Amino acid sequence: MQLDLVPLWTLILGLAVFLYVLLDGFDLGVGILYGFAPEADRPSIMSSILPIWDGNETWLVLGGLGLLAAFPLAFAIIIPAVYFPILIMLLALVFRGAAFEFRFRHPALRRFWDHAFFSGSALATFAQGLVLGSYIQGFQVTGRIFSGSSFDWATPFSFLTGLALMSGYSLLGAGWLILKTEGALQRWSRRAGRIAFAGVMIGIIAVSLWTPALDPAIARRWFSWPNIAFLSPIPIATAALGWAEWRALSGGRDLWPFICAVGLFALSYLGIAISLWPDIVPHRYSLYDAASSPGTQAFLLIGTLFLLPVIFTYTAWSYWVFRGKVRGGQMHY
Amino acid sequence: MTLDPVIFSRLQWAWVIAWHILLPAFTVGLASYIAVLEGLYLFTKDELWFRLSGFWTRIFAISFGMGVVSGVIMPFQFGTNWSRFSDAAANVISPLLAYEGLMAFFLEASFLGILLFGRTLVPRWAHFFAALMVAGGTLLSSFWILATNSWMQTPAGYTIVDGRFYPEDWLQIVFSPSFPYRLTHNVVAFYITTAMVVMGVGAYLHRSGKSTAEARRMIVMALDLLIIIVPLQMFLGDQHGLNTLEYQPAKIAAIEGRYDTVQPVPLTLFGIPDDKDAVMRDAIDIPRLGSLILTHSWNGSIRGLKEWPPDERPPVALPFFAFRAMVGIGILMLIIVILGQVLRIRSRLFHSAWFLRLCQWAAPSGFIAVLAGWTTTEVGRQPWTVYGLLRTTDSVSPSLTGGDVLTSLILYIIVYLVLFPAGIALMAARVRRGVPEAMEEAVVAVESGRPPVPFEAVSQIAAPGTDT
Repeated sequence: MQLDLVPLWTLILGLAVFLYVLLDGFDLGVGILYGFAPEADRPSIMSSILPIWDGNETWLVLGGLGLLAAFPLAFAIIIPAVYFPILIMLLALVFRGAAFEFRFRHPALRRFWDHAFFSGSALATFAQGLVLGSYIQGFQVTGRIFSGSSFDWATPFSFLTGLALMSGYSLLGAGWLILKTEGALQRWSRRAGRIAFAGVMIGIIAVSLWTPALDPAIARRWFSWPNIAFLSPIPIATAALGWAEWRALSGGRDLWPFICAVGLFALSYLGIAISLWPDIVPHRYSLYDAASSPGTQAFLLIGTLFLLPVIFTYTAWSYWVFRGKVRGGQMHY
Repeated sequence: MTLDPVIFSRLQWAWVIAWHILLPAFTVGLASYIAVLEGLYLFTKDELWFRLSGFWTRIFAISFGMGVVSGVIMPFQFGTNWSRFSDAAANVISPLLAYEGLMAFFLEASFLGILLFGRTLVPRWAHFFAALMVAGGTLLSSFWILATNSWMQTPAGYTIVDGRFYPEDWLQIVFSPSFPYRLTHNVVAFYITTAMVVMGVGAYLHRSGKSTAEARRMIVMALDLLIIIVPLQMFLGDQHGLNTLEYQPAKIAAIEGRYDTVQPVPLTLFGIPDDKDAVMRDAIDIPRLGSLILTHSWNGSIRGLKEWPPDERPPVALPFFAFRAMVGIGILMLIIVILGQVLRIRSRLFHSAWFLRLCQWAAPSGFIAVLAGWTTTEVGRQPWTVYGLLRTTDSVSPSLTGGDVLTSLILYIIVYLVLFPAGIALMAARVRRGVPEAMEEAVVAVESGRPPVPFEAVSQIAAPGTDT
């Protein structure tokens, strides 16, 4: 007897991708804000993500390998279709990772590594947004292969999602900085958060209106009766969370801006999932079409069910260890 | 002239993995070395071991960080450039790759934190345990990644449906015929690489008069390990060769530069291979030695490349020369190690400046040997990605143009040529500082939520005040 593991793997992979977006999202966002922050505050800003950024990035590897293992057909179609956004993202992440190390090491090149940190974060985020946009739009597929060109991703829609994601990560990053800093830097972060928030709301509204226009099936899913009744809580909740986020950014407890930003991401993620369900290669292959063989999914599941909880526990523990405010400039000097 | 996406994709893969492979070649051995040093400290309570482990842990942290950064790139290569390979083979190899990622994350990343920051925060035994776990993690990573590679070299335990591989028997998949040989040959190569570096660094420190006592221990430890594992490696390499002859005879023919089947087989020391005319020009042969080495008999024969159709032959030049480079370096290593032991018996080891200088020069030799061996086995597998079953030309993402891949290749080259020299310079700077005299333990300010930069912290702990 063979258990159907596709739902479980969908859940695991969905969770891994969402975790990556949240975790690396806020530290990439911190990197974007870094470029606009006053010179004096930059060491504190970098310090706030130092102990955790590399752990966050590992979720990208696990997400990529998870997609390859659980839904290889999706991996084989999507990744070559976004060849250049992936390339830009990887190289930007490499430079950004190096900047953590070398900024302190080479004082003569500090300005260079400052730029590398900011532009690496911004470019990696924009590239991820491009991937998201071209993913929602779908790919030209013949049989089991991507048959479009390596520049199909360059559309107005994907540039919009790229900019929207930059706003989104910046909002998460601002929420993180509000949580981790105090005084002038925290006030600056609240201001930066409000600007990012404006971008996020414009982005959410624009993407929400544009996506149904891309594909009549998506429009039917959202606007046909009775779907519209069942799904209307999502836009309503988004509006409510938006209002709460605005209030939280203006004052109040330090945790709320971050929490509300996470909520906005969760709702956007849910909205995209509803638009595309049950496809993993949008408009083309469903989760079941693209799934790897049951034996493959079972073999990997054994170890994953054991190792994932350990990784979760360890991750939670390291956040606990490094909790509290970052104080007084460079942490270890 | 049209640009060929297959060639550029292969070059790109070779470029990103050649740099990446240097890091495990170093960190696998170094992690085990640190675990040994921690164990020696735990049981002998001699502070010198602790200083040595602190010195090497700092260097380990940098190379591990570079490994993570360059490792993020690797899994995506399967999708960007080798999507048809991914579609065909994912059912079989993807769990092995995913286990590599999961275990690397689990063991190395989590326990590395304790190894780096925990020098005074956790009990000694716990620190030793963390070192063991990190070492175990690097070995498990090697296990899974080499299982993947071995399956591509000698596929087993699968069925093919509609041109795609499906798993039949996971034990056969993981332990494919070449896996035990490849795993041992690689891990021992990694240990040798590390030992050569440790010996070279020790020789440098001794010559420059820094940390003499520590330098002597490094040199002696490395020599003692190498005198065992360099000959062992020659035995393992021979066994690996016999296995390759059984499962990938065309690769052996390419390595030996044999186009024609002859009996007995001479050993071609040197020559200029010509694939087009299928002939070895200007060959310098030793009669019968090929038979002796390859078949362990005086009269044995191996099949020449002409027994395969031209489109199933690997190119000869690269495996032929790379193999000779690898074996040549191995022989040089053996000579150095024997010299060192002889000098040591005569109590002249630390007074022979020429020998210490030789060790310094030989420090990177393991890396070159690893790259040469890897080139031999990977180019020797051509023209297949999954040996005998899936062609390299059928593995590449079909949407890519030569221009696309050339662009990405150039960008990878530029970025790596900035990043890797910078990282290597960082490690060299650590070495030049020498082993710090006293392990003053800066209290890591974890409790105030102000943790140190991972790599920086270690240097701060080890050498307070020397940072710029």
